[in-house]
Amino acid sequence: MSEEKKKGNLFELTKGIIKENPVLVTLLGMCPALAVTTMASNGIGMGLATTFVLVCSNLVISLLKNVIPKAVRLPCFIVVIASFVTLIEFLMKGYLPELYDSLGLFLSLITVNCIILGRAEAFASKNGPVKSMLDGLGMGIGFTLALFLMGSVREIIGTGAWFGIDLHLPVTMTVFIMPAGGFFTLGVIIAVINKLTSKKPPQEIGCASCPNAASCPSYNKEGGKSE
Amino acid sequence: MKEMLVILLSAMLVDNFVLSKFMGICAFLGVSKKLDSAAGMGAAVTFVMICATIVTYPIYTLILVPMGLTYLKTVAFILIIALFVQIVEMFLKKKVPPLYKALGVFLPLITTNCAVLGATILNIDNSYDLGQSVVNSLGAGLGFTLALLIFSGVRQRVNASDSPAMFKGVPATLIAASIVSVSFMGFAGLFN
Repeated sequence: MSEEKKKGNLFELTKGIIKENPVLVTLLGMCPALAVTTMASNGIGMGLATTFVLVCSNLVISLLKNVIPKAVRLPCFIVVIASFVTLIEFLMKGYLPELYDSLGLFLSLITVNCIILGRAEAFASKNGPVKSMLDGLGMGIGFTLALFLMGSVREIIGTGAWFGIDLHLPVTMTVFIMPAGGFFTLGVIIAVINKLTSKKPPQEIGCASCPNAASCPSYNKEGGKSE
Repeated sequence: MKEMLVILLSAMLVDNFVLSKFMGICAFLGVSKKLDSAAGMGAAVTFVMICATIVTYPIYTLILVPMGLTYLKTVAFILIIALFVQIVEMFLKKKVPPLYKALGVFLPLITTNCAVLGATILNIDNSYDLGQSVVNSLGAGLGFTLALLIFSGVRQRVNASDSPAMFKGVPATLIAASIVSVSFMGFAGLFN
């Protein structure tokens, strides 16, 4: 516990960017990471929208953590998150209608993005407001960077352009902006990161690395034992 | 009838929720390790999806639309789904223990499965009527189950194979998913 306290605010901010990058290391929030990254600009837009929701919901939840009864905390968290998602939907519809159209359904689905609920459960419900906001900001930046990286790779290889600017590539592979290319790009990026950090690749996905695993009966009954 | 069939098959094959719309990826990758848990998860998602559609559709058309509160649909739908999953869990536990044994462990996971919220919002966005919505949800659920079942088979072969060290584990699984997704691209253009 004393070691936890020593880690400063800077640590809370930076850990989400590389060491615990939500998409590439802890493998959370894969649905939007795969679905909206056909263009680099979409990736950034989605990342920033998620960051906004993450920072605001972490702040509100850490302020309310003593008021919310333990038994009904998940529905309460979801309501807080869904409210901020509705807010960002309004803002984006009003000011960035093009981005709103291309993100479409996935903007509403930020509500069920497991990064946000995961941080609320694992961090904001146990820490103070300043730390929680920094944690949310760090995780959001990490998420945005991962989406930007995926969007860039897929847009450049798939369409031969970057942010809509034609790069005059001799060969493009349309499959990269199709669903199959999304899975492929994410797989290769995770593999390359493993190689660079010479770390053992994550062997399990989803439930095992989910911050809700401890409180999730499914994981404890099924996966927890068999693994 | 023909129109219903088109909705069902296109939700199931052409616009497969997992492999072409990227919804429910967490469940797809998390639960597809074994065939029986894949089947259980698929059945539970299909069941909740259909029920959630039946519940959310009237709430949207009878309450939110007349009161001009359509912008609240994300908040309303996720609350309804969370509540509904809780009720189903309690009901099954008390009244249908065998079914609870088979599906129960998957139910809490479903609340945060984006496929369920996605299906209910998609039905509203496509302005389907109640019958079409239910058929669309059924197709989406069956497509989800199909993808999970196919992939659990593929995954056992991938895990047994000797892949390069940097690809072992998750990266190899994702690349296998990409190849399965290519095979589903063959269904594109099945309907016009």
